[in-house]
Amino acid sequence: MTTWTTVLLACAAAYALKLAGYLVPAHWVEGERRSRVIALLPVALLAALVTVQTVAGDAGALVLDARAAALAVAVVLLLVRANFLVVVAGAAATAALLRAVGWA
Amino acid sequence: MTGSAAPLPPERRREVRRQALSVGGATGLYGVSFGALSVASGLDVWQTQALSLLLFSGGSQFAVVGVLGAGGSGVAAVATSSLLGVRNGLYALQTSRFLGVAGLRRLAAAQLTIDESTAVGVAQPERPAQRIGFWLTGIAVFLGWNLMTLVGALVGNALGDPRTYGLDAAAAAAFAALLWPRLRSGDAAATAVLAVFIALVTSPLLPPGVPVILSVLAALAVGLRRGGRHEGSPTAAPGELDGRDPLP
Repeated sequence: MTTWTTVLLACAAAYALKLAGYLVPAHWVEGERRSRVIALLPVALLAALVTVQTVAGDAGALVLDARAAALAVAVVLLLVRANFLVVVAGAAATAALLRAVGWA
Repeated sequence: MTGSAAPLPPERRREVRRQALSVGGATGLYGVSFGALSVASGLDVWQTQALSLLLFSGGSQFAVVGVLGAGGSGVAAVATSSLLGVRNGLYALQTSRFLGVAGLRRLAAAQLTIDESTAVGVAQPERPAQRIGFWLTGIAVFLGWNLMTLVGALVGNALGDPRTYGLDAAAAAAFAALLWPRLRSGDAAATAVLAVFIALVTSPLLPPGVPVILSVLAALAVGLRRGGRHEGSPTAAPGELDGRDPLP
């Protein structure tokens, strides 16, 4: 497979996956329980994504480093009802600082 | 039915805009490292830009250039990229409900359906804010990501490693902050806890992308429970989701 073939196939597959969610027949996703599951999907996927982004190392193995410390700071800031930008900037600053001093 | 047709108050509009632009800005900066890594992996500038324009999903793009750069096959690159892209289709099941799009707008919405636009959209309690959050974040990320991809591909990694600035932690913190208000609902909190557990247990064992897809089981387990409860919104009528409007 040439590089261009790979690139364009990956693009086509990605778009097909995105579009598929919009083309699902309405009656498949109706009803109280199905609605509930679908409303919970982004919660589940984003919670899992944050977890993987925070503690997964190169081969998927769990690693505790500056990312985990940054997320902990973000959670503390959320608990004290800090503004969205403060939470994001606080987490970034924590990770940057820990890496700058070489602790994580 | 809390007046989903009512216009959004200006202060809420500003708040959604601020969330969308800050998520877009942080993600856009990461595009530099994608552009630089892609060219370093042997793709040319056009191929690199095609991925950002057409694939437009950061995790999948890094997978394509990572697999090819490591000497992997095209099949492996497409497979890994697609596994990471499955979640966008699952997001679309929910975003399609509040966007209410058809025709060309639906084709555009599909391309913009990524972690960031979904997270900002579903974080909003009101229908108009959900729509503004999704579109504004999607467009901001699309523009920033593509522009910075080009910069990275042409001049290399001018910023250095984005992790130096904690940009990777900023992304995770933004998603956590966007999820946070929803966790007051018992169902959403249970789902999130279960999803975190599934990701922790399966991440060391399964290929990239699969642990996140498996978290769907958390939404199924909580959502399909008979008589699922809504501790966070005791007044919710059947069909209401976390106090939101029932769907049309």
